[in-house]
Amino acid sequence: MDLAGALAIGFAAGVASGMVGIGGGVLFVPGLVIFLDLSQLDAEATSLFAVIVVAAVGAWRQHGYGNVRPRDALVMGVLSPLGVTAGVVLANAVSERALGLGFAALQLALAVQLARRALTR
Amino acid sequence: MSPRLVRLAAIATAAGAFSGLFGIGGGTIIVPLLILWLGYEDREATGTSLAAIALIAALGTAVHGAYGNVDVLKGILVGAPAIGGVIAGTALQQRVPRRAIPAAFAVLLVISAAVLVF
Repeated sequence: MDLAGALAIGFAAGVASGMVGIGGGVLFVPGLVIFLDLSQLDAEATSLFAVIVVAAVGAWRQHGYGNVRPRDALVMGVLSPLGVTAGVVLANAVSERALGLGFAALQLALAVQLARRALTR
Repeated sequence: MSPRLVRLAAIATAAGAFSGLFGIGGGTIIVPLLILWLGYEDREATGTSLAAIALIAALGTAVHGAYGNVDVLKGILVGAPAIGGVIAGTALQQRVPRRAIPAAFAVLLVISAAVLVF
């Protein structure tokens, strides 16, 4: 376990969440695997728990800047259970290695998306 | 259902599936689709996405919790410093030139992906 590393990547995840609108999970998951010795599956589940509070605080701050449409957000939350359940069931069904590789692919795709945002702005 | 509601439902389902499968909020899906399909402005998409994510992540935590996958203490260890980070990040977002930030996070993502795989 590396506590300093976990705290640092947690802080970075929060900054990422506030600045580029990602919930922070994309950094929580590697942080939990690398610094706190969780399996890929447990790291993903635990990441979601941390994301709740971070996203709520981020939404509250963004609301203060007039950047939230509460009704659309609520509609998306209410309509999400089908997708969420399918995703969790699938995560529990596949191997750790497959889950880890899939996650790394997601990170790379997101990195490309962010790099394009940086270049086109 | 109105076309708008259908689009929101599609975004919610796709984001929810990504969220449950990968342990992320789903902002990766929500932000670009709000901009593309519903004509959201960039910061509005970010803010609204965060609000939706809080709900989606709560659901995902509950379902993962039923499988016994959630480590509450370790979640707090990464989540608590992130609260400070998100307050700093949202404040900075209103001021800082926008190019540098996504670029920096792109680099961080590539590094952590490499560490996870190797």
